[in-house]
Amino acid sequence: MPEHIPTVHDAETPTAIRVVDLVRDYPRPRTSLLQPAPVVHALRGVSLEVKQGERFGIVGESGCGKSTLLRLIAALDRATSGHVIVEDTDITRLPERRLRSLRENLQLVFQDPMSSLDPRMRVRDIIAEPLVVQGHPASGERVRELLEAVGLSADAGDRYPHQFSGGQRQRISIARALAPRPRILIADEPVSALDVSVRAQVLNLISDLVDELNLTLVFVSHDLSVVKHVCDRVAVMNAGQIVETGYTGDVYAAPQHPYTQRLVSAIPTLQRALSGATTADLLAKGEPA
Amino acid sequence: MNDVLTVRGLSVTVRETALVSDVDLTVGAGERVGLIGESGSGKSLTALSILGLLPEDVRAGGSVRLDGVDHELVGADERRMSRVRGRDIAMVFQEPMTALNPTMRIGDQIAETMLVHKTLSKPAARTAAADLLERVQLPAETLRAYPHQLSGGQRQRVVLALALANDPALLICDEPTTALDVTVQALVLDLIVRGVVDRSSALLFITHDLAVVATVCERVLVMYGGRVVEAGPVNEVFTRPRHRYTEGLLAASDLETTSRRLTTIPGNVPPAGRFPSGCVFRTRCAHATALCEETPAWSGSEAEGFACHHPAAQGSLEGVADA
Repeated sequence: MPEHIPTVHDAETPTAIRVVDLVRDYPRPRTSLLQPAPVVHALRGVSLEVKQGERFGIVGESGCGKSTLLRLIAALDRATSGHVIVEDTDITRLPERRLRSLRENLQLVFQDPMSSLDPRMRVRDIIAEPLVVQGHPASGERVRELLEAVGLSADAGDRYPHQFSGGQRQRISIARALAPRPRILIADEPVSALDVSVRAQVLNLISDLVDELNLTLVFVSHDLSVVKHVCDRVAVMNAGQIVETGYTGDVYAAPQHPYTQRLVSAIPTLQRALSGATTADLLAKGEPA
Repeated sequence: MNDVLTVRGLSVTVRETALVSDVDLTVGAGERVGLIGESGSGKSLTALSILGLLPEDVRAGGSVRLDGVDHELVGADERRMSRVRGRDIAMVFQEPMTALNPTMRIGDQIAETMLVHKTLSKPAARTAAADLLERVQLPAETLRAYPHQLSGGQRQRVVLALALANDPALLICDEPTTALDVTVQALVLDLIVRGVVDRSSALLFITHDLAVVATVCERVLVMYGGRVVEAGPVNEVFTRPRHRYTEGLLAASDLETTSRRLTTIPGNVPPAGRFPSGCVFRTRCAHATALCEETPAWSGSEAEGFACHHPAAQGSLEGVADA
């Protein structure tokens, strides 16, 4: 099976996102007067580098820290230690008023389009909101242009989010994310809530827009097969650490770390099933905890 | 092989709207049958009407018979259905937290299923509960735990232990692993398969994930818009689909493709009750003609066939709409 050729990045390509030894601890409520409050180590020293124009995937199971990592990259949360550098600016300890350029250049698409769209706002206001917040004139023309870019009709702007299906709502989220013309798009499980026939449409849309607008894409998913299709490189996370990084094709075909091996073998695929794989074959040598 | 579950002409309606129409379905003893479809295809309603658990204003019609139960399950009163549920038919739901009682210890909940149906005495039920937990690979301490103390995967294993407690003739699983991580999903799927194989129970497995169905089941039914559009052995349906919807679904879920673009099915799944008349797929189908305004007849046998006016040629995946 020929792999699609990953975009080649030489050392010259500027770095879009650099994360250095990032740690995030969450204190939990005290359980005893005599002992210190217990601490959850959500991230234990994560380092990674995403080049400009790259499609970078992050995979891991629930609780591995992938959402915490995203929140820190988007400056929605503060790191305990370590650094996040987005396009040559260290954003780790910047006050909110100095994050304006980050808020424009880096945009997010979330998993659940129902809870990330305000049910009481019309779609055109939802899409224009990032522009209004940033103090740009929000022209009706820009909104129509964005609606067209994500494959929705112009009259969709007059309606409310509940009048759309899951896939269409995710298109609205994407249009909103693209409104301030960002250079980096972060997608957190954007297709996990969608039906198979709609999933392919949204994946194609993200892929096309990333190409057309020269975006850097950070794509987070629990589904390694989706990441494999979309991304050039992937980082596998487990228990707050990155256990393996590499080109997606390589990681998928020959996983090095035991955790990645278990993850890859646990994914049911049609090809394997049709050639006679049973549920027992999904369990690698080591049983999951 | 005798048939454990026989469903004939099952329909589900809410007021004037038909949600499920004309579903025929047979599951033999020890057979594992998958029911696949996207949201709104009516697969969960089919399962709920077999169990008699439909919401109040939703009505089922047609016939559902279970081997060993001498009455019709559609329209049976609550008193008779509660004797069938949990003993002859058991169900594993998608969300294990809502399926368990948060105020009861795990051991008591498992024992309760056997005590309610008087299949075992109290001390024997306790021993059996411990044994069932061991079979789903949970430690003995779990007996005294409450549901909130367990993780999602552990809870789903408890639900499975509960479902298998009375050695049901039919186990229905509705998206049992959708909320779980892949490594946990692998374990739960394996436990489900081993559980039904050990008891020679019939399995009706509902999911939207083609790969999971192909791994777990021997036979599959594809549902769309409340109708069964294609049925057959897993290997046959997934390698040589005849219905255009099955064909599109297979192409859309193929992430192994070498091209950057995935093949898609145009349009969206209509909301329940808004599917077109005639062939339910015709508004999204590239092969649809005026003929498709008539409901296509079922071609083939009940176990293997399809309902399409313009079926894909046998043994080819050509002509998939690339939109």
